Amino acid sequence: MSVYDQQATRKPPISQIGAILWLRTNLFSSWINTVLTATSLYFLYLMIPPLLDWMFFNASFSFGTINFFGFDIKFSEEMATNSNCGRVGACWPYIYEKLYMYTYGFYPRTETWRPNIVFGLTALLFVIIPLVKNYKYKNRVILSLIVIYPIVSYVLISGGFGLLPVVETHLWGGLLLTLVIASVGIIVSFPIGVVLALGRQSELRVIKLFSTLFIEFVRAVPLITILFMASFVLPLFLEPGNNSVDKLLRALIGIALFQAAYFAEVVRGGLQAIPRGQYEAADAIGLSYFQKNALIVLPQALKISIPNIVGSSISLFKDTTLVLIIGLLDMLAMVGLTTADPYWLGRETEGYVFVTIVMWVMLYSMSRYSRKLELRFNTENTN
Amino acid sequence: MSTDKSKTNKTNIIEISKLNKWYGDFHALKNIDLEVKEGEIIVVCGPSGSGKSTLIRCVNFLEKFQEGTVVVSGTELTDDAQKIRKIRSEVAMVFQHFNLFPHLTIVDNLTLAPIWVHNETKQEAREKALKLLDRVGIRDQAEKYPNQLSGGQQQRVAIARSLCTSPKIMLFDEPTSALDPEMISEVLDVMVELAKEGITMICVTHEMGFAKKVANRIIFMDEGQIVEENDPDKFFNNAESNRLKMFLSQILTH
Repeated sequence: MSVYDQQATRKPPISQIGAILWLRTNLFSSWINTVLTATSLYFLYLMIPPLLDWMFFNASFSFGTINFFGFDIKFSEEMATNSNCGRVGACWPYIYEKLYMYTYGFYPRTETWRPNIVFGLTALLFVIIPLVKNYKYKNRVILSLIVIYPIVSYVLISGGFGLLPVVETHLWGGLLLTLVIASVGIIVSFPIGVVLALGRQSELRVIKLFSTLFIEFVRAVPLITILFMASFVLPLFLEPGNNSVDKLLRALIGIALFQAAYFAEVVRGGLQAIPRGQYEAADAIGLSYFQKNALIVLPQALKISIPNIVGSSISLFKDTTLVLIIGLLDMLAMVGLTTADPYWLGRETEGYVFVTIVMWVMLYSMSRYSRKLELRFNTENTN
Repeated sequence: MSTDKSKTNKTNIIEISKLNKWYGDFHALKNIDLEVKEGEIIVVCGPSGSGKSTLIRCVNFLEKFQEGTVVVSGTELTDDAQKIRKIRSEVAMVFQHFNLFPHLTIVDNLTLAPIWVHNETKQEAREKALKLLDRVGIRDQAEKYPNQLSGGQQQRVAIARSLCTSPKIMLFDEPTSALDPEMISEVLDVMVELAKEGITMICVTHEMGFAKKVANRIIFMDEGQIVEENDPDKFFNNAESNRLKMFLSQILTH
């Protein structure tokens, strides 16, 4: 028989840490990796310097004098025109000149404070949600924000109700329109998607059949088709012979229904991850179908689905650019519109690069933000 | 024995007759007849796949059955959602894998049914929940989440949760099978305490020590039918059927 001494606990050995090791393990671990690394570096060498030349070194930043929150910042004597910008580099004064169009479209200049408040509210919403995490009534706060925010935004942007002058939807454009379509699409389609997901799991045959048919039909059709249908076919049903149903509203209905089908599948994935035992326990303590889903199943399923919900939302955000096909002037459509201006002919490249950068910044922050949110609200697996 | 006494002056709280259930073609329960008196403690044992879990899951209608009748405290089980909810508010169940709600704190797990099914105020539900947690010895964990507790603690929470609605009947579906050996006794202690208080209990379990100590009757099931049913003394010492003798010899040798 043997008796062993108690072993002391030690820190793990300090192995080879450092930049060289990182390079060796990640970029040059085998000859294939080395070749890939070299090829990638070569392509970066081919692409990055010309891009930087175009964007910065050969570009024109002659904005004239810009008033920035009361401070005059002088870039040059006069703002550059299309012709004295040259063709070697980007002509950023074009973007500056058309920034209003890219942001608001044809929204009346006297009323811009209204969309500005909405932009501010949106930013505020993103700041508030993570802050209320430990607040006792966080669910109530978040829920009421989600209800109040769209109503306030709608009243501000659209006007009417005897409060503000009406701004008709055909004047909305640019980033404003992109945000309106994306947020309305996401907010409206989400509850529909949840209902469809539950419907697809329902024991009632008719509901199950309807949900399945709807989801599978919509998912098998491109968004463009749905936008065309919403734009040209929907009016036939709504008001035959009358084309007055708002064009934006028609597009929104189409997009919301389209996105609902995708959300439904995402949520269904979450529902399937909930163990049977949870349903049985909820049944056994006597909860009704509605209570079981609202209190037990959905909170868990939605939490699991957050990454996919965000992914799907980002897809939708990008897909909103397709509305230019039915004549809505979102941010991307502004490229064509503003370069049709005889003063700024041929500046499409600047326009597309600008829209790309704005989209990337928004969507990348959205994805980082949701990751943060997910970690913050993940309570059940912490030890 | 005491069983005879209780049989004469108490009414039946559960009456199962000619119960048959199939999963597809598989005949899971065959002509089950069982009557349970108020306050009786019944232990159901048998090899796995013998239908014992299915049987008690028919009592609160977690499993539907094709033939026969089940009457629980005067209400016959049918597809009627109202009736099922009424019965479920009187019959509580404890599961093998606890099935606590992982997104809710311990105390919220307990107050859910009282608040949403029995319309109690948050305040009274919470007070009662804390009392019950005290009784099962984990009041200091009330604000934690289920995954932060050990298996034995989780099962005790599950028992407290099922007691929260003051049920008349408790169903236990192998409550200790998923537990590490050193945690089994803490759960059994709680169950013994409950048994002393006169609540009607049906326990599917292989804890024969527990059966000997508290059961009024032990039922042995095999292949979907009740093979033998007796008071603990006769059950362990005078088994009649060969199937039971074999089962006992297998589980009692270790």
